Amino acid sequence: MDVLKKVPIKEQDPSVRVRNFDEVCLGYDIDEAVAEANRCIQCKNPKCVKGCPVSIDIPGFISEVVNKDINEAFQIINKYSALPAICGRVCPQESQCEQVCIRGIKGDPVSIGKLERYVADWARENKIRPKAPDKKNGIKVAIIGSGPAGLTCAREMAELGYDVTIFEALHEPGGVLVYGIPEFRLPKEEVVRPEIDNVKAMGVKIETNVIVGKSVTIDELMDEEGFKAVFIGTGAGLPNFMGIPGENANGVFSANEYLTRSNLMKAFDDSYDTPIITGNKVAVVGGGNVAMDAARTAKRLGADVTVVYRRSEAELPARTEEVHHAKEEGIHFQLLTNPKEILVDENGWVKGMTCVRMELGQEDSSGRRRPVEVENSEFVIELDSVIMSLGTSPNPLIASTTNGLKNNKYGCIVADETTGATSREGVFAGGDAVTGSATVILAMGAGKAAAEAMDKYLKNIQV
Amino acid sequence: MTENHIYTITKKVKLADSIYLMDVKAPRVAAHCYPGQFIILIADEKGERIPLTICDYDRDEGTVTIVFQALGSSTKLLAEYEVGEAFRDFTGPLGQRSELIDMAREELEKMKVLFVAGGVGTAPVYPQIKWMKEMGYEADCIIGARSKDFVILEDQMKEHAKNLYVTTDDGSYGMKGNVNDAIKYLVNDKKHHYDLIVAIGPMIMMKFVCILTKELGIKTIVSMNPIMVDGTGMCGACRLTIGDEIKFACVDGPEFDGHLVNFDEAMKRLSMYKTKEGKQKLREKEGETHHHQGCECHDE
Repeated sequence: MDVLKKVPIKEQDPSVRVRNFDEVCLGYDIDEAVAEANRCIQCKNPKCVKGCPVSIDIPGFISEVVNKDINEAFQIINKYSALPAICGRVCPQESQCEQVCIRGIKGDPVSIGKLERYVADWARENKIRPKAPDKKNGIKVAIIGSGPAGLTCAREMAELGYDVTIFEALHEPGGVLVYGIPEFRLPKEEVVRPEIDNVKAMGVKIETNVIVGKSVTIDELMDEEGFKAVFIGTGAGLPNFMGIPGENANGVFSANEYLTRSNLMKAFDDSYDTPIITGNKVAVVGGGNVAMDAARTAKRLGADVTVVYRRSEAELPARTEEVHHAKEEGIHFQLLTNPKEILVDENGWVKGMTCVRMELGQEDSSGRRRPVEVENSEFVIELDSVIMSLGTSPNPLIASTTNGLKNNKYGCIVADETTGATSREGVFAGGDAVTGSATVILAMGAGKAAAEAMDKYLKNIQV
Repeated sequence: MTENHIYTITKKVKLADSIYLMDVKAPRVAAHCYPGQFIILIADEKGERIPLTICDYDRDEGTVTIVFQALGSSTKLLAEYEVGEAFRDFTGPLGQRSELIDMAREELEKMKVLFVAGGVGTAPVYPQIKWMKEMGYEADCIIGARSKDFVILEDQMKEHAKNLYVTTDDGSYGMKGNVNDAIKYLVNDKKHHYDLIVAIGPMIMMKFVCILTKELGIKTIVSMNPIMVDGTGMCGACRLTIGDEIKFACVDGPEFDGHLVNFDEAMKRLSMYKTKEGKQKLREKEGETHHHQGCECHDE
């Protein structure tokens, strides 16, 4: 075995997986996990821990994998993360823990994500559950939103003995984990639900179908229902559109709509009632992880799919692994290409899209080279569906219905970077609702930090 | 699996052939809803999220009244539920309340309002006219239906409207004709003056009411019922062109200035899962189509 290389991970063959919604990555077995864990050199000053937004003791759990004490490895991870089977699958390790791994200087970094996944899956299969704390303080805390930020904050607060209730607007808890990320990357029944059940096993209550700001306000939760502190983790749910002609044609969807139909409403499964239009020739506009998810979903539903992105491959915001998987699955890429107009037939359906070629010009304020149109380069792609994946913004609902809660011009809730404290006393916020769309693990980090600050705040007001 | 209230059906009345009224226990919704808003319900584990405009509510009992027409597979399934049974999910209130609720008293006192209710659209008109009466304002109302058997909530409307006019397409009850004939009769022949018309019914009806009221110069509010998924602003399926802006019916509406609504686009979008093209693009076999039905959307 080449110690400079990661132990390869088993995956479903691309030609098979484009016809199903089963998970692409099949994970390590015990021997593979131990072999990969042995590649960790157990740094005295581990950079990977600093690279992790929730500071998991990575060398600690990996050394237990080497010892084949997977239970102990799980107990170590569990101290830091409520959702390890999820993080092991969807964290961008290549730009976090694995990016700073010493092994990566010469060769591949240790496959930390895949090891985390192995440990978490083993714990689930062996029915190892976190235990609720013995001592409860009876102080009521409300968490708005059951995505990664809310679940993490809830778990931390429950561990500290608080009486925690999560309010979720949709009918299933999980937020973006259930409506956004597809089954083939993050299985819902097998992975997401058990991790949410683990949070509930800590004593956390989840009330679904409560749209805070509509079904009840934060003011009412605090003044009438006795919640002493509130954490807002409502994510970034509002889809952006381009504002080009034809965008309201039949067959044009936001990635949010397309993915919600397929993931949350399970439209890919014929036994569910919610419909989805599969299309024969689909364009996905955008280059982020959500665009890859939408493209690969459309492919599995039987369409020929092209990703249209205005910059070049190097600037694709999606994880390299996702782009690689998409290419393996036969997704086409039209890079340095920007839509100008969606062409509509006489019945109101999409028939094509006029695009223009782009080239990279001067660097803009973000340091990226700005794409500029190439003159006279317009061309038409024939299509019957277009999925717009242009990022999302926070939902302004909560800020607009809570007294004294400030948000910025982008609709993001203004919160302290380290504590999550908002302009309203006793109300904390974190995750995409504060930052705009980012990653699962950053939201978890924010939920965790806010829990610490909430605990401090609540202890102070008790005195 | 969650700490939810159980959304039990406490009352069920068949109002007409395939049109049902139900009271559903949903205390959080009942405590916060107002006329003009809607709810989303899911019948069972595999069901769709079905948006229905609120027909009435009882804050003390914690119930919300919905009315729907059982036409598609999902709404037919709803009709099979009986008193004592419960829906899997029930959430709201969604959307903005009717702008009447937030108008100043002195403004409303001077205002002559005409409600125009088409078919099952009578249900969402009812709480508005009831609210007007309870607040001490007067309003007239037209109910339009295909035939006598499809006139719903007539007694309740009579109780709250100053004047109630009923029209049927086939003349089997009330005036013969459609709601526009009734509007023309009231405005042109009877010389009634109206400052505001609130028209709720099938999109095609609202479109033609708006064409007429634009000619007549009467401001008109409509309640839009496009296809929705989450109903909280997340998916954008319900986007509409209002003037030169794109609005989401679920969070910005469902009520809009009818003279600014692009109805042709909205009707095309409403047919997305029902037209020949839509069906072909669904994997379902021809014949078993997926319908989305709001409570007031179907009269055809």
